[in-house]
Amino acid sequence: MLTDSSPAGSGPVNPNRNLAADAFTLRRRPPSEKLIDLGFRQLTLVLASFVAIVLLGIFLTVFQGAREAISSFGLSFLTTSSWDPVNEEYGAFIAIYGTLVTSILSLAIAIPLGVGTAIFITEDLIPSSLREAIGLMVELLAAIPSVVLGLWAIFVMEPAIRPALNLLHSLLGWTPFFNTVPQGPGMAPAILILVVMVLPIITAISRDALNQVPIELRQGAYGVGTTRWGAIFSVILPAAVSAITGGVMLALGRAMGETMAVTMIVGNALNFDLSLLAPGNTIAAMLANQFGEADGIQVSALMYAALILMLLTFAVNVVAQWLVRRLSLRY
Amino acid sequence: MANPSPITYDNTALFDRRPLHFDPGLRRNRLNLLFTSIAGIFAAIAVLPLVLVLFHVLMQGGRLISASLFTQLPPPPGLEGGGIGNAILGTVLVTLIASLIAIPVGVGGGIYLSEYSSRGWFAQFVSFGNDVLAGVPSIISGVFVYGIVVATRIFFDQSYSAMAGGIALSVLMLPTVIKTTDEGLKLVPQELRWGAYGVGASKFVTVTRITLPSAFTPIATGIVLSIARAAGETAPLIFTALFSPFWPEGVFNPIATMSVLIFNFAIMPYEAQNELAWAASFVLVMMILAANLLARWISRMAKV
Repeated sequence: MLTDSSPAGSGPVNPNRNLAADAFTLRRRPPSEKLIDLGFRQLTLVLASFVAIVLLGIFLTVFQGAREAISSFGLSFLTTSSWDPVNEEYGAFIAIYGTLVTSILSLAIAIPLGVGTAIFITEDLIPSSLREAIGLMVELLAAIPSVVLGLWAIFVMEPAIRPALNLLHSLLGWTPFFNTVPQGPGMAPAILILVVMVLPIITAISRDALNQVPIELRQGAYGVGTTRWGAIFSVILPAAVSAITGGVMLALGRAMGETMAVTMIVGNALNFDLSLLAPGNTIAAMLANQFGEADGIQVSALMYAALILMLLTFAVNVVAQWLVRRLSLRY
Repeated sequence: MANPSPITYDNTALFDRRPLHFDPGLRRNRLNLLFTSIAGIFAAIAVLPLVLVLFHVLMQGGRLISASLFTQLPPPPGLEGGGIGNAILGTVLVTLIASLIAIPVGVGGGIYLSEYSSRGWFAQFVSFGNDVLAGVPSIISGVFVYGIVVATRIFFDQSYSAMAGGIALSVLMLPTVIKTTDEGLKLVPQELRWGAYGVGASKFVTVTRITLPSAFTPIATGIVLSIARAAGETAPLIFTALFSPFWPEGVFNPIATMSVLIFNFAIMPYEAQNELAWAASFVLVMMILAANLLARWISRMAKV
């Protein structure tokens, strides 16, 4: 410790005094401090491992619950479409089909809308205050609870779009995809409400991706004389495409697992219908509707469906993470 | 170049003699205008749902706001009037339970990832697992908590309970809290930590007195947003917290929440119930938008 306040040279100097040791006596860390340090480290380690525990717990709980159904229905669970609690015959084909169709079609609509919006609010097309306002509104849209969107879909959106769906039916009714008369809940309204829900994700991630494209690429593109949209299509979008793809995959995972709004508007059908205007079902909607009242092997069948949903979203999310980590910022 | 001859430029051949001012009639300029308008229309379509949803929630729910809405119980099916007092209280209670679990665990886990080990295999695994957990559908976390808490009757032989609902919500909050803590701490300049060690602070003191306070803003923003998201979640609650037409009876009994109330009452064929669903949407959306603006305000305060 530097406690010696006397100026150097004043007073007698003891030649035997070890000046260095005297001036910088290392403070010994008291055992209590070491204990606190170690304890804190172990505490945060335990807290961090909660993530792993919860993740494993989710998988094991769902798998354990599904085992009975897996052994009695096997893989034919994926391809049969009977859902019959009386005869205890279960197949999740309708729900799996509905999950895939609603999520993929909703993305097909949301990708151009989301990427277009992201371009509109990053590429200096409009004043920055307007850009920020649009960005803020899209972010707030993501904050609206899905159950509120479901309520809105039931009472406002579905009646409002029914004329358009009727028109679709009368024009394209000869195809198997539109050959039923729209009557309230169905796959088509579910797809539209999913578009509303995944749009903010795609827009936010595309906006970040476009903002990260180095300014030099833009300058280079304009320097060789391209137009604004020439630069966007040939330089900026290709540079950002991997991150945008990652965001699209994250949105796909979200769309597949989305529950409340879809449950309220999809119709929860028990019979298979290829028509998008007819009621359908998704795995998440089936769980939300039946899990509370199910017992016996129906619980197990629902757990089996939940396991399939988990594996689907897991695969999609892993691909998304890989895309975002591996391919972003490589031009 | 053996024989350098004087170079002559034929300007008419090299340069386009067209005027340099902007000509909107050119094909490329018309295409640009077309694409810009398409992007603008897309942006308008993207913003439209928010405007419409907010408009309807304000109109349909706002006109039902009264004192009795906050103080009364929902009416039995078929009767008029009543309020959503129990559901408002229930949402606050369940979200509070979720926050009390998820915030300490999440902040602690984030500290471990950022301050103690960001390279080791375990940290990599936790970080990856966190991303996976963030992608787990919310209904699955309800199934999980149903399996470990409700079906096993672990709490005093009670099946459905506010506690179970809170745990299910905390599973959803956890990844967000860990991620924002980890990222917030990584933004703290390394010099601050070196400075703290330099004056003899222990790791514990450095983290709790220097690093965490400097990262307060991003962490607080993330936590407020995750609480707002949890308050609006329904799927994990339908078969964990269930619903109750009565006032909350402690944390080990079924409890009403606004989100489950909206779900239950929206699909009922009664006008009064549908109206209460709109009123609950109004209260919920206002709470969530307020939380979002609060989060925005926190992060703006720090930048100034």
